[in-house]
Amino acid sequence: MSTETARRHAAGSAATRDSYYGRPVIKPPVWKPDIAIYLFSGGLAGASATLAAAARRAGNDRLARSANLTAGVAVSVSPLLLIHDLGRPARFLNMLRVVKPTSPMNLGSWLLTAEGTASGIASACELLGVLPRLRNGAERIAGGLGPLLATYTGVLVADTAVPVWHEARHELPVLFAGGAAASAGAAGMLLTRPRDAGPARRLLLAGAAVEEVASAVMERRLGELGDPYRNGPAGRFARTARTLTLAGATLGAVAGRRRTAAGIGGALTLAGALCRRFAVYEAGFQSARDPRATVEPQRRRLRERGGA
Amino acid sequence: MSDMRTEAHPGTYGDEARPRVGFFTDTTVCIGCKACEVACKEWNAVPGDGLDLTGESYDNTSALGANSWRHVAFVEQDRPLRVPAEELGVDRGDGDGFRWLMSSDVCKHCTHAACLDVCPTGAIIRTEYGTVVVQEDVCNGCGYCVPACPYGVLDRREEDGRVFKCTLCYDRLQGGLEPACAKACPTESIQFGPLDELRRRADERLAKVVDEGYLGARLYGRDPDDGVGGAGAMFLLLDEPEVYGLPPDPVVTTRDLGRMWLVASIAAGLLLTGIRAAVGGRR
Repeated sequence: MSTETARRHAAGSAATRDSYYGRPVIKPPVWKPDIAIYLFSGGLAGASATLAAAARRAGNDRLARSANLTAGVAVSVSPLLLIHDLGRPARFLNMLRVVKPTSPMNLGSWLLTAEGTASGIASACELLGVLPRLRNGAERIAGGLGPLLATYTGVLVADTAVPVWHEARHELPVLFAGGAAASAGAAGMLLTRPRDAGPARRLLLAGAAVEEVASAVMERRLGELGDPYRNGPAGRFARTARTLTLAGATLGAVAGRRRTAAGIGGALTLAGALCRRFAVYEAGFQSARDPRATVEPQRRRLRERGGA
Repeated sequence: MSDMRTEAHPGTYGDEARPRVGFFTDTTVCIGCKACEVACKEWNAVPGDGLDLTGESYDNTSALGANSWRHVAFVEQDRPLRVPAEELGVDRGDGDGFRWLMSSDVCKHCTHAACLDVCPTGAIIRTEYGTVVVQEDVCNGCGYCVPACPYGVLDRREEDGRVFKCTLCYDRLQGGLEPACAKACPTESIQFGPLDELRRRADERLAKVVDEGYLGARLYGRDPDDGVGGAGAMFLLLDEPEVYGLPPDPVVTTRDLGRMWLVASIAAGLLLTGIRAAVGGRR
């Protein structure tokens, strides 16, 4: 055996002890960043629709108007992002050829269709200034479905073999609910005059707190599997998200009646929520590419079962 | 929590249902000829990926994917293939203390198939043979099945946009033929047949190779109580599954789907309550 061959064999056996030449066991997603933006826009649409319905009921028509229009825009952008991500965009309607409870993406498509219809009608009436009763009815339907549109995406990504997503299945829907609340509150603050934006500010603060706590809990409970949130692109997004969200919330809390400060606080919080979704999205790719993230927990499970 | 997983047995097929079929890949007799890879590509008209010399033993295919429905893994190890002859008290040659493991990997056609569960269009179906097939005329390339598969079998063909994988030669089965890979395998490392029969054969073969002193022999995908409810393609391996690039304890994530929806519903309820509380009553 030549020295070169011997070296390759030694390297080969070292590289193949825990994995097959360091190659991933599972396939990373084939999704494009559209999906990360959708995780944000879906949450913003859902929570804003609920904010619009609640503000209308409370007689705060200015906040209801801005939240209604925010929901309308966000819910219109969402399907475009999803369709653009498809390998065969012309076949997007195939999503609705079945009702399939085992597929979160299928149920999500139906949910988004219903939400888009209700929210679209509500914002069209708002813009045109017509049919207030139809608008209010559509707003209530969109407001009722909205929260599930904001949280189902947690199920969507967690129902995969990607370790950093699946093992965070109990935290992701809560994290996304917090992010959605913060986003809807932030958009409300940005687009509504301060004397009517009190509820939006409270929503921003509560949502940002839930988002940060849920992120911290998720990262701690993931342990080593949570490494993507500390390294690489996902780590950078996670750190940026935390900074932006905290800055936005602080500014939102102290802005009072100063419209510019409130607007900047809202914008920073929106940017923070978007970065947080990108952190989750990128973490999935990093986790899927790492064979140890797939293999180690499974080995541990087998050992524990063997020991029991 | 109710079980949301789909089932292997094609109950909806009625009289048209056929016995569940699959593969048993006995890696102890694989010679790494890659005839299975070639036969699969030829029969199914699977496009090439170009030539990439990896330097990873004789493997230049690297992994299963949209354009590789069979993949022969090559693992070089500085350890003997079998227990030394003198320890067993038998008369045979022992080689040079080096072994070369080869294994032809393929879609597992799981009893509880994550790809089938999560497919939003119904493009992925369970056939009357209990196998899992992607209908190319329905798939819209959403890519959800790609990270859902615990074995990393499916992938999107970039220039096409859709997802492709092993069909267990659905067309050949319907014509009464065995799959192309099994037909081409010169050593019967790849065996095709009814799953019950294959499980029996796998058990017998395992007992025999253990008896003959093969180191690390084990069945993979044989157990109907594993995380995917047993695979339609099982393997006789000579080392830990991860050495071949296989997950040691794969689980269909849909198993936890009921609980996940519960968590999402609770989170949605909290969001609704929180927004209403933030807004308060009528001014």
